[in-house]
Amino acid sequence: MTSLAFEAVTFEYPSGIRALDGVDLAIEPGERVAIIGQNGSGKTTLVRHLNGLLRPSAGRVDIGGEDAAGLTVAALSRRVGLVFQDPDRQIFAGSVRSEVEFGPRNLGLRGSHLRAVADRALDVVGLAAERGTNPYDLGASRRKLLALASVLAMETPVLVLDEPTTGQDLRGVAIVRHVIEQASANGRTVIAISHDMDFVASAFARIVVMRQGQVVLDGAPASVFGSASWDALRSTYVEPPLAARIGAHLDLGSTPTDDALLSALASAGAEGLEPRTPEPRTPQTPQ
Amino acid sequence: MLTLETVTYRYAGAPRPSLFDVSVALRDGEVVGLAGPSEAGKTTLCLVASGLAPRTVGGTMSGRLLLDGEDVSARPMHELVGRIGIAFASPATQLTGVAGTVYEEVAFGPMNLGLPRSEVLERTGEALAALRIGHLAARDPVRLSGGQQQLVAIAGLLALRPAHLVLDEPTAQLDPAGSRMVAGALTDLAASGAGILVAEQKTDLLAAVCHRVLVVHEGRLVIDGPAVEVLHDPRMHELGVAPPSAARLARAAADRRLPRAVRERLAAAIAADAGRAGEAAGTGGRA
Repeated sequence: MTSLAFEAVTFEYPSGIRALDGVDLAIEPGERVAIIGQNGSGKTTLVRHLNGLLRPSAGRVDIGGEDAAGLTVAALSRRVGLVFQDPDRQIFAGSVRSEVEFGPRNLGLRGSHLRAVADRALDVVGLAAERGTNPYDLGASRRKLLALASVLAMETPVLVLDEPTTGQDLRGVAIVRHVIEQASANGRTVIAISHDMDFVASAFARIVVMRQGQVVLDGAPASVFGSASWDALRSTYVEPPLAARIGAHLDLGSTPTDDALLSALASAGAEGLEPRTPEPRTPQTPQ
Repeated sequence: MLTLETVTYRYAGAPRPSLFDVSVALRDGEVVGLAGPSEAGKTTLCLVASGLAPRTVGGTMSGRLLLDGEDVSARPMHELVGRIGIAFASPATQLTGVAGTVYEEVAFGPMNLGLPRSEVLERTGEALAALRIGHLAARDPVRLSGGQQQLVAIAGLLALRPAHLVLDEPTAQLDPAGSRMVAGALTDLAASGAGILVAEQKTDLLAAVCHRVLVVHEGRLVIDGPAVEVLHDPRMHELGVAPPSAARLARAAADRRLPRAVRERLAAAIAADAGRAGEAAGTGGRA
């Protein structure tokens, strides 16, 4: 079990741009956490500290009780698997099979054990029939699923996904959702960066909101997407899902997902559905 | 007007064509959405419509690409620059890699058109302002986040002021406010007379900006109609395309057999939300 903690982590690029500004964040083993926030708010910079791609300028990153500063990238890669936003930054092998086997092979797996973990990962993302295919003969959405499979195959206790649903159709999003549920059911920690608010609200138990290198909100979807948080969301250019906006408009409380909204509608009934006066301020016009 | 006439296109070495007998007319001032499941041919259609395939990409094509009635297959790519622009899904593919600042990156296109200095400056300033990224002008493009790079790549295209613009998932890495700004910029560009083709999995974006939506499936054009009708077409779900949030919610309410009065109240709330979003799009944006 691997707990994660950022303790007053600050990161500055050599140009002086401060991408992380005193981040404190603790994530328990097995949690499902989404990270949201405007472009350039530090989301990707934050998660790259988890596998040693970046090291803090100040503060401490704790991985499973150890200071990440003292761990090599090789040691960190056994604990934290990170799937990049752009699969082409990750894919390099000549076949789907060798791509997926690369990670676990470097962790020392060989023979039937290696084959088994690779097959399992390819099965989960629906690429079992493409073992012999050159990754670049797959379309962009399946290359993205391949990148996901190649990190899954490393069976790390922590899985970090950067924008896993972009470019995926309904089937692709369902696969990503299934991967997250399965990993979570197996006790793995799942962290995902996303701009897809419907996905975030329905697939994650905890949402961390970033703005200019700082954590500004941290809680369950019902709290983060509830109308009391909208000013903070607006300040980082995030708008809650449609279901949350409609629920607030109809004074049904916080309904971050379609399911929550429909259940609230069913129990309110037609007579209970008068719009609140005055209407809540919507977070749609960032100032 | 950009016209594809009975286009069939096959990538070099591919066993079968990726597009079959596709005919599309993109009228001046029109924004046309392109939807479809993964690997249906959306990116290929973008490459063909922009003139890059087969000219640069290779492969074989039958049928014709016409710009304002002229068959442009014999024209070299540099003569098409002001006439068709293309934005790829991954900004890393698009950025020049030679510009040290965002300002130079956006100015790169107009500079290479041999325009007078004053016009280069004017176009660059205007493109940066349209996407509200003036504050990034002095930054190194390589050091920006994925979403910021995507805005810079699109600004570079706007600065070319193309008569026709083709965009392949232009908002894949953008936060909701960034997507809305791109939507606003596309709407403005179309109002100035440009014809725009935009491929997206985010049907909420297509609902916001498109007059017409095309749906491709297995390389064939299967639906072509007004955006509102196509995006609410039940066949979209069967094809694996996520419907816009509003259509998804309405359908889920019907599936749950919520009383008619409740569904009507929900529909009114959805319409009110769309109205507020419309107002916000007119005035919204980041500082």
